[in-house]
Amino acid sequence: MGQVINIQPITRIEGHASISIQLDDQGNVSDSKVHVMALRGFEKFVEGKPAEELPRIVTRICGICPWQHHLASNKAVDRCFGVTPPPAGRLLRELMQTVAHAEDKVLHFFFLAAPDFVMGPDADYSVRNVMGIVKAAPELAERVVKMRYAAKMVLEKFAGKAIHPIAGVPGGFSKPMTEQERVEILSKMREVLDFALFTMEFAKTQVFPKYLNEVTELGVIKTGFIGTVDEAGAVNFYDGKLRLMKPDGTYTDFDSQDYCDHIAEHVEPYSAGKMPYARAWNEGFSLDMENPKGIYRANTLARINVADKMATPRAQAELEEFREKFGRPAQYTLLHHWARLIEEVYSCEHAIELLENPEITNPDVRAKVEPRAGRGVGCVEAPRGTLIHDYTTDENGLIKSANLIVGTTHNLGPINMSVNQAARMLIKGGKVDESCLNKIEMAVRAYDP
Amino acid sequence: MAVKVAQEWLNSCSGCEISIVDMGERLLEVLTKIEFVHGPVLMDHKYFGQLGDGPRMEIPEAVVGLVSGGIRNEEHLEVLAEMRKKCKVLIALGTCATHGGIPALINSYTNEELLDRYYSTETTDKCDSVPSDGVPPLTGSCMALDEKVKVDIYLPGCPPNPDQIFAVLAGLLGNTPVELPAKSVCDFCPTHREGKGGVKKLRRFLQPPQYGAPGEGIDKMRCLMEQGILCMGSVTRGGCGGEGLTPRCIEARVPCRGCYGPVKPGTNQRFDMLNALASNGVDISSLPESVSLLRFSGAHGLLRPSRKGKEA
Ligand code: SF4
Ligand code: SF4
Ligand code: SF4
Ligand SMILES: [Fe+2]
Repeated sequence: MGQVINIQPITRIEGHASISIQLDDQGNVSDSKVHVMALRGFEKFVEGKPAEELPRIVTRICGICPWQHHLASNKAVDRCFGVTPPPAGRLLRELMQTVAHAEDKVLHFFFLAAPDFVMGPDADYSVRNVMGIVKAAPELAERVVKMRYAAKMVLEKFAGKAIHPIAGVPGGFSKPMTEQERVEILSKMREVLDFALFTMEFAKTQVFPKYLNEVTELGVIKTGFIGTVDEAGAVNFYDGKLRLMKPDGTYTDFDSQDYCDHIAEHVEPYSAGKMPYARAWNEGFSLDMENPKGIYRANTLARINVADKMATPRAQAELEEFREKFGRPAQYTLLHHWARLIEEVYSCEHAIELLENPEITNPDVRAKVEPRAGRGVGCVEAPRGTLIHDYTTDENGLIKSANLIVGTTHNLGPINMSVNQAARMLIKGGKVDESCLNKIEMAVRAYDP
Repeated sequence: MAVKVAQEWLNSCSGCEISIVDMGERLLEVLTKIEFVHGPVLMDHKYFGQLGDGPRMEIPEAVVGLVSGGIRNEEHLEVLAEMRKKCKVLIALGTCATHGGIPALINSYTNEELLDRYYSTETTDKCDSVPSDGVPPLTGSCMALDEKVKVDIYLPGCPPNPDQIFAVLAGLLGNTPVELPAKSVCDFCPTHREGKGGVKKLRRFLQPPQYGAPGEGIDKMRCLMEQGILCMGSVTRGGCGGEGLTPRCIEARVPCRGCYGPVKPGTNQRFDMLNALASNGVDISSLPESVSLLRFSGAHGLLRPSRKGKEA
């Protein structure tokens, strides 16, 4: 048996993971594994807790996408307790969801991913990071920090707490929006939209063209996709039906309440994280590179692949340009970044639409809630993919059981495949250097796990 | 000379690190004065050398070490020991690091109970054994950092307010250490209190509290506890509002749940809350359960697995 190469830890990602690559006697890749460490047991320890407290407990699953856990949880508890939020309560939740997406995409693109593109994948590790960008392009860095902060402060100032939010409550939202707040946030989000359009242009002219080789080669695999679409088949982050697409582009739509019929989770001995796959395809689970089974992806690329269109004009124009270039479904892994920026434009445009809806300042934001026995599935799109919270409550409204499928986990199987593809392509005859290992990590970073 | 800083996260959610980024433009200022030598979320320094072929885990020496998250597996122990060895000043960043945080709620259960449930949910395929290849074994419980190493600065909060992170970092950089307030959340709360109210029973937070017009100041709203809604402010360390001062949840008209941990180190939020309620004549049995009063500070042995069928 040949040597094992370890990348430990995988860096500039939001989670805890490492890679091991097994070489054969000739120094070529025979196998690779992505080890995911996190195991905290939320499914277990929420048992017995009052369901209405869950939206402010489960947020700690992830500090990057706490809003999505918060909202999926609220939606699940709404269902358990049989309550429908009033229109303004729903609008405020959706606004927070949309602004949180806008903020997250700036964070990921510039802080985590861009160093590989702006500084270059071969740059020394000491400068291949956001600090390097601050030095190399200070004006850009300042604008990035300001804009991201603006979006973040919308969440913090209006909703009290941006990280690990508390303002969504079963039955709706904890406080109404005043006209003054609406006007201020609207003007902020218009600025963020300008910045989103700038970023899109910047990436299309100065970033992506330089790396077309990497895009068409690195981490490329062929899979299905999952995402949420609205009645008209457009991308929606807050609500709608789930669409599961096969690699050939055919798809099935289903209600998230029925997710168990469509998705199952496989356990591999090398990953604490479970790997969801498409149960509904009836072909089982396999990461075989030639003949994968049940494998689909979630996240930005998946959402814009499954959707027929974007619901807002600028984002729709971007999608059309993207589809012209890459088709539908687009499979290149690094296109997650491009798709992310299209979604960024959509987030800002959609936030503005929501803020222009006069109903959003209606003071009636929370319906009366009574604890009861029930079951509810809450589903929203997290930046990293479809997020599912499934709760069952007892007659006192305490949690009897909970099942969670978190956005990133959908991609654990595909990430393993992308790493394998990249490693096979880049490591030959036992030759390994920093740049090649970083490129393997870039195949992971595209998924923003 | 820039001050060398190393960052690590253990059993964490990355919220503490995002809270650092939420310093906004002050972040750019801080970045000019420090040099990150290690930090998995920010930069590509690896544990076993850049090619992964080093004989042992190595983190460069630093003046300041920031560690978020509690301890939950063997790798966390190893990383924490190395951080302690290499950093002059070790900061426990966030309530997971100082008191276990939300993940320490698992301390009411055994590892066996946790694994049984996690690998047998409705959607999980049967598996013969729990993953262990390249996955570090769990420790017996979820611990705070100071259960294993000496901590120099405690910066609680879930997450800590960026104003406080900035104040502490700026203090360290300028050699003027900052003391964080040892007051309670109530001490910072502008709601108005009418003194001993007639609250006999607490109600669950299923309806909004009473207050006037939507834009009306928080100071016009009556204390949530006096309105009969459980609020953990009195047993929770204050400061979450940062320079804005108003406690963050109260700002959204939502009760405090204790995310800054206890006011005084070593005290028990559940115990103190139940005591306070009882001595004010509130019927404790009106609470649906009480484990979640310790939801942020269940490390240090405060939450333990119970014998079958009984709550911890
Ligand atoms: S203290 Fe809170 S924000 Fe920090 S790591 Fe723990 S859960 Fe996340
Ligand atoms: S109990 Fe809650 S609402 Fe009342 S003063 Fe304390 S923090 Fe404020
Ligand atoms: S009010 Fe309490 S729970 Fe809310 S942020 Fe402050 S300390 Fe944390
Ligand atoms: Fe996340």
